[in-house]
Amino acid sequence: MTEIELLSWARGPGLQIATVIFVAGIVIRFFEILMLGRKTNLAEAKGSEMSGGLKTMFTRTVPDRATYKRSAFTITAGYLFHFGLFITFFFYAPHILLIKDIIGIGWPSLPTPLVDATAVITIISLLAVLANRLNNKVMRYLTNFEDLLTWFLTLAPLVTGYIAFHRIGFTAPTLLAVHILSVELLMIVFPFTKLMHAFTLFLARWYNGAVSGYKGVAS
Amino acid sequence: MKKDSFRTKSTTEEGALEDLLRNHGVSRRRFMTFCASMATMMALPPAMIPRIAKALEQARRPSVIWLSFQECTGCTESLTRAHTSTLESLIFDAISLDYHHTLQAASGHAAEEAREIAMEENYGEYLLVVDGSIPMGNPGYSTIAGISNHDMLVDAAKGAAAIIAVGTCSTYGGIPHASPNPTGAVSVSDIIKDKPIVNVPGCPPIPVVITGVLAHYLTFGTLPELDHIGRPAAFYGNSIHDRCYRRPFYDKGKFAETFDDEGARKGWCLFKLGCKGPTTYNACATTKWNDGTSFPIEAGHPCLGCSEPDFWDGGGFYRALSMPTENIAKTAAYTATGAAVAGIALGALNRAKKKSSHKAHIKITIDDLER
Repeated sequence: MTEIELLSWARGPGLQIATVIFVAGIVIRFFEILMLGRKTNLAEAKGSEMSGGLKTMFTRTVPDRATYKRSAFTITAGYLFHFGLFITFFFYAPHILLIKDIIGIGWPSLPTPLVDATAVITIISLLAVLANRLNNKVMRYLTNFEDLLTWFLTLAPLVTGYIAFHRIGFTAPTLLAVHILSVELLMIVFPFTKLMHAFTLFLARWYNGAVSGYKGVAS
Repeated sequence: MKKDSFRTKSTTEEGALEDLLRNHGVSRRRFMTFCASMATMMALPPAMIPRIAKALEQARRPSVIWLSFQECTGCTESLTRAHTSTLESLIFDAISLDYHHTLQAASGHAAEEAREIAMEENYGEYLLVVDGSIPMGNPGYSTIAGISNHDMLVDAAKGAAAIIAVGTCSTYGGIPHASPNPTGAVSVSDIIKDKPIVNVPGCPPIPVVITGVLAHYLTFGTLPELDHIGRPAAFYGNSIHDRCYRRPFYDKGKFAETFDDEGARKGWCLFKLGCKGPTTYNACATTKWNDGTSFPIEAGHPCLGCSEPDFWDGGGFYRALSMPTENIAKTAAYTATGAAVAGIALGALNRAKKKSSHKAHIKITIDDLER
């Protein structure tokens, strides 16, 4: 297989396979979660489930002061790499073209050097969170294989993308193919690991808020 | 590769390039400029310029046999149809082109005889130039004088000192090789394994690149350094993207969205219009075409990636490199529909399981525990 063939495979059949697993995994998991249902609460409602749920979906975006004080580093680095991922994925011109081609909606891109700098910050943040995790005894004890795998698969597209953009080491078609393949690997693992939080996060927040809302207490 | 393994010796007829150039009215200064540009192009030190000049002046006209298989003659057009009589075309006077369908006056038996004589007289010494791919599906798809392309190539390759595959068809299969490849087209290197092969891809290749390879051969008696897919590294060492004068616009995120928008008029990057410059290695952006006039991107058209294998099957010339080559939206929609059905079925199964386990639940009272 030539490098151009590899690139074509990654852009075509490879992406198709990854999309099938990614979409099927997410949809099936959502149906499973939603159809599991909740136990009827026999207690009298003291407030609204809906308003409590909706409110919490947004309020949880900002960490409360006490939590922040307890783990300022984890939260700061966590925010940095999440925002970084968001910017590098959604505001780099070639990525927007890909998204527009699939869903039909596009938006203006950010200047490439800005995205480049963001990618570097994101990579550093991801390395920092791992270092922090391994340096802390309790966190190290709680770390399992899935944590390391998802960390690696999140970092890989950033690193391969950075290398492909700056063309380091290999020829461009190979670098681009490796970058696309690393994203496809992430897509395949996505629905079956904790990475799924990107989709279940608002559902979980709503649920937490709804429980409190029903009881008439702040969540 | 041994340094002097392909050193040429006096072959067909005598006659130095110097005289030929003088006859064509080319001054010494222009000739030296040409040698200097050759040296630059091949990334050789300036000290090599006199050596190139001397070698070219004293070139002993090695025999060259040019075979054309499944091709469009575009490669020959590119090399010979320079709009003026250039030094690049004159370097062909430094070789003895003993067989070339399109260019030779002879035809029929006389032409084939010329090839056979050249092969016999210069056995082990001649250069074999090939353009066009070789059909493996059926030998009858392409024949010359009743001989299949495959047989003619194998026969001619036996006595060749080296092979220069010219154009993307002979180097990587090219357009005939494009899906579904009805003729079973393959490249020269797919068939010939025991001879040094230089790939000079492009659709067509830049004239000065083939001249450069020949100049290198005439100067050093060896073939130039090749990259990982057999191309002369001096010409194919950089991507179009890295040498493109529109590159600053890519870096700034300024793109032409259509062929007639403001970006297109201002000469912004053509990435969004499907430019394959980032994955294409060739010398277009530096040597340019038509006597250094321009190259496709300068003319406002994205690079097609013609010097790379399978460029015809790259998912469309006008689709950006970051776009998928398949219809992913359709794949996602079908998958989501199927998965929704599967999800409902699995959800129902889970509910049934929950219900049955609930039913199977045995109530235990304190009395039971105390017993």
